[in-house]
Amino acid sequence: MLDLIGISSQALFGQLLLGLINGSFYALLSLGLAVIFGMLNIVNFAHGALYMTGAFCAWFMLNGLGINYWFALVLAPLVVGAFGVLIDRLMLQRLAGLDHLYGLLLTFGLALIIQGLFQNQFGSSGLPYAIPPQLTGGQHLGFMFLPNYRAWVIVFSLVVCLATWFAIEKTRLGAYLRAATENPAMVRAFGINVPLMVTLTYGFGVALAALAGVLAAPINQVRPQMGADFIIVVFAVVVIGGMGSIMGSIVTGFMLGLIEGLTKVFYPEASNTVVFVIMAIVLLIKPNGLFGRAT
Amino acid sequence: MSAATQTGLIPTGAVRHNEMSVFFAMAALLALAPFGIYPFFLMQAMCFALFACAFNLLIGYVGLLSFGHAMFFGFAGYIAAHFAKLGTIDFTIPLIGIGPHINLGPINPAWAILLAVIASAILGLLTGALAIRRQGIYFAMITLALSQMIYFFCLQAPFTHGEDGIQSVPQGRFLGLFDLSHQMTMYYVVLAIFLFGFFAIYRTINSPFGEILKAIRENEPRAISLGYKVDRYKLAAFVLSAALAGLAGGTKALVSQNASLTDVHWSMSGEVVLMTLLGGMGTVFGPVIGAVVIVAMQNYLAQYGQWVTVIQGIIFVACVLLFRKGIIGEIAAKLKTAL
Repeated sequence: MLDLIGISSQALFGQLLLGLINGSFYALLSLGLAVIFGMLNIVNFAHGALYMTGAFCAWFMLNGLGINYWFALVLAPLVVGAFGVLIDRLMLQRLAGLDHLYGLLLTFGLALIIQGLFQNQFGSSGLPYAIPPQLTGGQHLGFMFLPNYRAWVIVFSLVVCLATWFAIEKTRLGAYLRAATENPAMVRAFGINVPLMVTLTYGFGVALAALAGVLAAPINQVRPQMGADFIIVVFAVVVIGGMGSIMGSIVTGFMLGLIEGLTKVFYPEASNTVVFVIMAIVLLIKPNGLFGRAT
Repeated sequence: MSAATQTGLIPTGAVRHNEMSVFFAMAALLALAPFGIYPFFLMQAMCFALFACAFNLLIGYVGLLSFGHAMFFGFAGYIAAHFAKLGTIDFTIPLIGIGPHINLGPINPAWAILLAVIASAILGLLTGALAIRRQGIYFAMITLALSQMIYFFCLQAPFTHGEDGIQSVPQGRFLGLFDLSHQMTMYYVVLAIFLFGFFAIYRTINSPFGEILKAIRENEPRAISLGYKVDRYKLAAFVLSAALAGLAGGTKALVSQNASLTDVHWSMSGEVVLMTLLGGMGTVFGPVIGAVVIVAMQNYLAQYGQWVTVIQGIIFVACVLLFRKGIIGEIAAKLKTAL
């Protein structure tokens, strides 16, 4: 049936798969942004640069230290997360009580520094990162060919997203976190170390970005600019979903990835801009975002 | 947004007097400068200074951080360059493939710049109407996303020539009188445009309209409760800022004789934020100083490639952590006046 309108099912499902992959990265990144925003009230402009740093960490671990993909999947987010903890302790905490815009400007500056340093070191060309041997090859599903690694990325991202949602919405620690988001002074009065929680939250959000970077390394090449343009789309995703809800970020991320994939099939000229157009429409109809609360 | 509040002084007659003196000193200095400093550098600096002043009108006086101002600057550059060089208008509707095609031929640089300003203002009206539906950091993210959309438009639209940009734009005779291919004539035309734009902004922020903008910056709910239609004021300020950014962008396209993707890229939006932050947000002269410093730095450090990006990032971090008032803001605080 699809062949009748000049689109092969192979191309359609291929793009949908790619859309889902991008959607998993959108979900992981916007989830991290939402968690950070909830606790610190800043938009982390360095998120894209830290996503890229995660990918480079994995690349360096494999080529410099001989650490394989599976260890990098754990270690790279830890390294970048620790770096995030430093950023928060050394810089972001000094901005407490100031206008939120300063946090945005500071993290934008950090993004420029990180990206500039990597570009000096590695130029602009991409570095290849091999798919781990356990996940090479793929499955013939009849209507399409499904590479194992891509299936892994989608399933694993989904698991991480849902685990994060569970941790925040259903556990005791998550309850503390949500309480501290609403009223930090009150939560401190109950004897909970809120500044430590804030720092660890930033580290965790950043680690999610790095994790997305490691997952992306074998699919997209590892490039210093890989995060810069990507993060702007993620911002649009965040505006569409609204940062109020964890599940909202996850759903919006995957959904927009799929829509982008579909656009690539049916009207490729608009595939770069479709997310922004959807953002404009959502702003017109529901200014607070699909899952956002009124501010 | 009290963050942009500078000295906390209400501009009195004496402060206005100071500001006017500095304004005339700046004008005199710029009139003499090309005899000692490379005019091309000065013209570029003035274009960026006007761009930064237009941006400062929003962040400094309305408290709106636009992270997408490159869309006005860069898009206006394309419009000015296109009309000064070719002057064709092609409204072919995609998918259908029909539409009017008008050929004006290369038009006078003054009208090309005017068209660029109008185009920017319209773009500002459309994007501003969307962006002001959200506040604070969302406003920044929305403007950034919309400017990325304009970037992709400029990458794909036929008249912008994608990666190549519009090259060797003829300079022509400004209003049929001033031959812009003569560098000094060009310089004084650019100076006149800069001073016009600067003065327009200065008058705006000291007008009753400007006072309402500051009231919105300080306490938006209160301005609403006083009966002001806050969204209309914000939108008007946004369109004005967009139009002036377009004036800067259109002029810059004629100065450098090209329009390219660099000027619509998000990094250009970041640069104008940096210029304003470094010079002093919410100060009258800060953006000018900030622009001169950043443009000079880029010229001198051009051979160091990506280190420029790193240094820009360091300046961002240093400004936010160490001197949030910026160069002019700190000086003004020392002198206990507003500049």
